[in-house]
Amino acid sequence: MFGLLRRAAPDQFPGGLKLDSHKLSADQARIQLAPVPSRVILPLSQHIGAPAQLKVEVGQRVLRGQTVATADGYVSAPIHASTSGRVVSIGPQPVPHPSGLSAPAIVIEADGLDEAPSAPEWVAQPDYRSLDRAELRQRVRQAGIVGLGGAAFPSAVKLNPGGGDAVDTLILNGAECEPYISCDQALMAERAADIVAGAELIRYAIQARDCIIGVEDNKPEGIAALRAALRERESRAIEVRVVPTRYPQGGEKQLVQTLTGREVPSEGLPLDIGIVVHNVGTAIAVWQALTRAEPLISRVVTVTGNGIAKPANLEVRIGTPVAELIAHCGGYAGPRGRLIMGGPMMGFALSCDTVPVVKATNCILVAAPEDVRPVEPAKACIRCGECAEVCPAGLLPQQLYWHARGREFEKAQALNLFDCIECGCCAQVCPSHIPLVQYYRYAKTGIFQAEQERRKSDIARTRHEFRQGRLEREKQEKEAARQRKRESLQQREAAPASPAPAAKPAGNDAIAQAIAKAKLEKARRLARDTEDSATDPVAAAIARAKAKKAAQDERPITQAADDPVADAIALAKARKAEQNPLADDPAAAAIARAKANKAAQRSTAEDPATQAIARALARKAARADSDAKPAGDDDPVAAAIARAKARKAARNSDPDA
Amino acid sequence: MLTAILAFGGLAAGFGIALGAAAVRFKVEGDPLVDQIDALLPQTQCGQCSYPGCRPYAEAIAGGEAEINQCPPGGEDGIIALAELLGREVVPLNPENGTAAETPLVAIIDEAACIGCTLCIQACPVDAILGANKLMHTVIEAECTGCELCVPPCPVDCIDMVPVTSSIQNWTWPEPGTPAQAA
Repeated sequence: MFGLLRRAAPDQFPGGLKLDSHKLSADQARIQLAPVPSRVILPLSQHIGAPAQLKVEVGQRVLRGQTVATADGYVSAPIHASTSGRVVSIGPQPVPHPSGLSAPAIVIEADGLDEAPSAPEWVAQPDYRSLDRAELRQRVRQAGIVGLGGAAFPSAVKLNPGGGDAVDTLILNGAECEPYISCDQALMAERAADIVAGAELIRYAIQARDCIIGVEDNKPEGIAALRAALRERESRAIEVRVVPTRYPQGGEKQLVQTLTGREVPSEGLPLDIGIVVHNVGTAIAVWQALTRAEPLISRVVTVTGNGIAKPANLEVRIGTPVAELIAHCGGYAGPRGRLIMGGPMMGFALSCDTVPVVKATNCILVAAPEDVRPVEPAKACIRCGECAEVCPAGLLPQQLYWHARGREFEKAQALNLFDCIECGCCAQVCPSHIPLVQYYRYAKTGIFQAEQERRKSDIARTRHEFRQGRLEREKQEKEAARQRKRESLQQREAAPASPAPAAKPAGNDAIAQAIAKAKLEKARRLARDTEDSATDPVAAAIARAKAKKAAQDERPITQAADDPVADAIALAKARKAEQNPLADDPAAAAIARAKANKAAQRSTAEDPATQAIARALARKAARADSDAKPAGDDDPVAAAIARAKARKAARNSDPDA
Repeated sequence: MLTAILAFGGLAAGFGIALGAAAVRFKVEGDPLVDQIDALLPQTQCGQCSYPGCRPYAEAIAGGEAEINQCPPGGEDGIIALAELLGREVVPLNPENGTAAETPLVAIIDEAACIGCTLCIQACPVDAILGANKLMHTVIEAECTGCELCVPPCPVDCIDMVPVTSSIQNWTWPEPGTPAQAA
């Protein structure tokens, strides 16, 4: 019932909480320029989308603003060196991430010169209206600008809302609802002119009719400065609208609802209802990129909390280690409680202070030990419904919790789990101290993982099916080739007056000798295969097939078959003759070889089984022969042959070892 | 009377033709149940289920020849999913088929030791190993299903199965209340 009443209020999102702001005083909030750090660590993935592609090498000198990694794909952003220096390492570094894991990063040792290239990578264009919109987007993309409110979505993508009148309203988000964080507040108070100029630029880029800058009512200085800037620039299309201070007012969907009364559809984007939302800091970055050709190499970060000596808003080079910021702010005030990147509601704990500031870092919160509430053990849910009351997305936190806890992720998804913005209101009000948001995150990443696995198994299935298909095709091709050969052989046999077989090698004809030798070798190889596979019927079949093939390769045989065993003996003799380098009589050797050749031919033409036996015998004989063969004779040719044979034998025996 | 016979005869002929046409037009290729089962299997193609791949196993389940508890890579979740699809009882994994791996594995070739024999390439069911005769081989990690089929054929034992390294991309929030809780 209270929920209905709350929802009935005009221009307000449902739920939400009134939190203590803990913002810096106006004096503290003034933006200070942090010194250029001694080294910068630039993770390749500082944005939503594909990690940037490396463009530099270790040892290379880079200048301030130089592109060190380029965007990889449409939803990606390049990374620029935030100061001049030398690349000292490229590899995994601790990065700010809730997992505490390392990720690839470029480490640059600053040389202190902070030297910029003589010419920027693109030309500054103060009159942005002379630029084509695509060109404008291209420059925003080149400048590596991402949403600076915390989500780090590549801004160039959001500047391309599609053709025509897709967008009617541009909203600049200056709500900054989370406690402690005051970087946007400082920007609005000090750089209102740039925000307004950036707003005009973005409005031109996306062809939006209206532009609203939404600011929470606890930032009067920012509101005044923005209004003054609007008057000065006579920007009539832009309006500053004050919204009530209520967490999570700065949530994109919540701010849209407050300012326009329109609700972003489930799992949709503001673009679906003709609205584009950018952070005020992003507007400044876009303005600077276009008019001053400055890539995104610095941002304003709030360093605050009870655990820091001198809280401040610092303009920091991207990649500065958190420890250097803390040192600049006077170091830790006493023992450190907890180091949080982001705000107390949506931020995450850092495992160490060596991690760098990235494009998404809006706040470093150093909690004092007394600020860190001990984690109370979760008690049972009492179904009080408080969580549903405060949920700004109008979800059913209790149901989501039950499903997440029971690992029924599909059911949680069916209850619009992905509309949860993880604001933490539900966990904040839970009287049983149930870590609700952690359950939702657990469920969300669990669903992502399952999806990833499904994708991977789909790929594996396709690859496996492709492989099966390929093997099948290869088999058929082989079969077809065999068929062709068989047919051609039959044709040749059938053909009358086929040319007479070549004359038997006579005397010391070298060519004939070589042919004979090659044939002998072949026969021997076949025999060996047969012998090796004597126990395996499949292998035997393969051997038979090979033998048949060899038979097809031979010229047609006219001689009548003799006893195969005799053939084998002839073969063995030939081998002996060949190997025995007595070779004093080349003619005799050739005759022996010719005999062997004949035998081999004959044997191939016969029944495969007897063939196999014959070959096995021949092989055995040959082997015994080669074993017994005396080495170190003076015929170099024979020695070389022996060496080659030894090598072959070694190679053949290798895979079986 | 004649009108009735003609009318019903006409109707019967009309429906007969329509049904016959529909049977040809909307013919179901294969068994849709096999596809559904196959979609639930992890596609590791490891053969631990005693069938030569995930699809043959799916066909065996659909044909009633195989139990639903023969897939170790699918693990308990896989069995539950199959039980739900087929309306069967959830049964524990059959130990004869192996045990479910704690963490997903991926094959790594010690490239210095590889002799380039191509035996692992022939064993890989998803063509995830790259190489050529007498040239070093390597595993395409993203395509490797961790089936371990390449390990036994390797003559020099240069293939190791290692757990998939956790990175920011595949990191998941731990279940609240577990000791590994990060935040």
